[in-house]
Amino acid sequence: MSNALELREVEKSFGSVIALQGVSVEAETNAVTCILGDNGAGKSTLIKILSGVHKPSKGTYLLEGKEVTFESPRNALDNGIATVFQDLATIPLMSIWRNFFIGNEMIKGWGPLSRLDVKRMKSITKEQLLEMGIDLRDPNQPIGTLSGGERQAVAIARAVYFGAKVLILDEPTSALGVRQSGIVLKYVLAAKERGVAVIFITHNPDHAMLVGDRFYLLNRGRLIHRWERENVSGDDLRKAMAGGKELEALTNEIESSRKLR
Amino acid sequence: MSNTATDERVKSASIVTRIFRRPEVGALLGAIGIFILFTSTDTTGNFANLGGISGWTDIAAPIGIVAIAVSLLMIAGEFDLSSGVMVGTTGLIIGMSVQELGMNIWLAIFLALIFAAGVGFINGYVVVKTKLPSFIVTLATFFILKGANMALTMMLTGAVRVTGTDKAPGFEDAFNIFASRIQIGDSYFQISVLWWIALTILATWVLTRTRFGNWIFAAGGDANAARNAGVKVDRTKITLFVITSLASALVGIMFVLRLQGMQAGQGVGQEFYYIIAAAVGGTLLTGGAGSAIGASIGAVIMGMAYIGIPFSLWNSDWTSTFLGLILFSAVMINTFISRRAKGGK
Ligand SMILES: Nc1ncnc2c1ncn2[C@@H]1O[C@H](COP(=O)(O)OP(=O)(O)O)[C@@H](O)[C@H]1O
Ligand SMILES: [Mg+2]
Repeated sequence: MSNALELREVEKSFGSVIALQGVSVEAETNAVTCILGDNGAGKSTLIKILSGVHKPSKGTYLLEGKEVTFESPRNALDNGIATVFQDLATIPLMSIWRNFFIGNEMIKGWGPLSRLDVKRMKSITKEQLLEMGIDLRDPNQPIGTLSGGERQAVAIARAVYFGAKVLILDEPTSALGVRQSGIVLKYVLAAKERGVAVIFITHNPDHAMLVGDRFYLLNRGRLIHRWERENVSGDDLRKAMAGGKELEALTNEIESSRKLR
Repeated sequence: MSNTATDERVKSASIVTRIFRRPEVGALLGAIGIFILFTSTDTTGNFANLGGISGWTDIAAPIGIVAIAVSLLMIAGEFDLSSGVMVGTTGLIIGMSVQELGMNIWLAIFLALIFAAGVGFINGYVVVKTKLPSFIVTLATFFILKGANMALTMMLTGAVRVTGTDKAPGFEDAFNIFASRIQIGDSYFQISVLWWIALTILATWVLTRTRFGNWIFAAGGDANAARNAGVKVDRTKITLFVITSLASALVGIMFVLRLQGMQAGQGVGQEFYYIIAAAVGGTLLTGGAGSAIGASIGAVIMGMAYIGIPFSLWNSDWTSTFLGLILFSAVMINTFISRRAKGGK
């Protein structure tokens, strides 16, 4: 077991707002590391630090044991860290195949005649998406015409295809129906099997339980729990997420009000 | 089995959609309509023959050359309001270098291109670094150059125009390349028309078949998503500002050679014609979509209007009104078509 990626005591503040404080995360290759948390807990901020959008205000970022600072998402990408952002990383008016290869265009020809290898990019896009269970009618159609789940799948397929060592997914299933969530989760596991360190952000403990090997719970900018798969149940996750005692209190309250009726 | 079924669905569903997804389709239909209109109202019988075509392509070419570049810039989400005045500035630089310093024409052309590239770079750099709207940044450049054109011309030559460019060493060669005419039948076509057609083809190829073209669409479609995917958005935009200035400079070179001199006010106001041509050609003012062919078709429509209106014995004062109405209807139609193409999944 080796840590593909590690954060030590990371803090991030925006002016007077402290979005993250004392956050330490370890993510291993061949594993899915889940980060759970309610809305506003700081999940997206954490992702943005991992993917090079923000620099941490304090703390260290280690990639394969070496300390790193990323200047940009491109910089992180060049180091094998691919991110599928919640505010989708696709360009709606561009075609599906152009989106699939944006930033990684396949070029043929030489010098001033170097040009896009359109045919190859189209067929690879089609083939890669078919492997994910997405049957493209036409890779030329603008990606904005796809459903949210399909767009998410294109983004994940793209990251895996381009050989990400670390794949970060920011709430990939939050906008999806059951069937499409299933597809995405399957693909999360497929990515893990290929030796990718997957970091999976979600506020759905059931989805986390289906694929996760390690779980962190983020609350108001702090990590308040860490579990390994061997010693945690779905119930534990659900309770912890809902704030344990708060949930019990809420359950009692609702039950008593039901009895009254 | 299921694959073949899917593929058949592709073909039957999307031939029409695929055509209408092209951004320049609206402009092409409009151009055909306007051609038919002027051919039928024409009182001279010359609108649709070679002589007429050489007339309106002569007007369309210099508009089209800059409009292509402006269109690429607009697809990337930016404007350049200094693109008109730059035609005058570069023409004046050449004219004055010749008139005041007796400079070789090629050296003068080289200086003008360097200057244009420099201003384009500054436009782009300021827009990208300050994140101010390019509308404002290039409006400032526009006014700075407009004033300088007038003031420096007066100061250095004591007049509002430079003359005698034909006396420059090397003038003949430069004239042949940038400002000569080509005889077809009994009509003469400006060589600028060839430049324009070649640049339309080149820009279309760059836009649809190169990485740079892909990045232009990405930068204007969603700059953040593009950056996250590793697209060098800032560099793409700065390059486009430089290209736009160079396109203006090319037209400035053509004018100063053809007219053998230049007015200090040349080019001012043309920036709107370029933007209109691009918009009529299907380029979105919000960026992310458009085409070079569309901008050229937009320029053709303008050329036809400038010749067709007097040929129909209408008062030429109405030309701008006519172009305004064309712009309005083209933008409406393009919006309608692109919404349908996107919605018709
Ligand atoms: N760029 C920013 N500027 C100021 N505050 C921010 C910024 N980004 C996030 N925050 C704040 O940080 C907190 C965590 O936000 P976020 O990471 O988006 O949470 P989550 O993704 O878990 O819902 C929120 O209170 C949010 O308002
Ligand atoms: Mg979030």
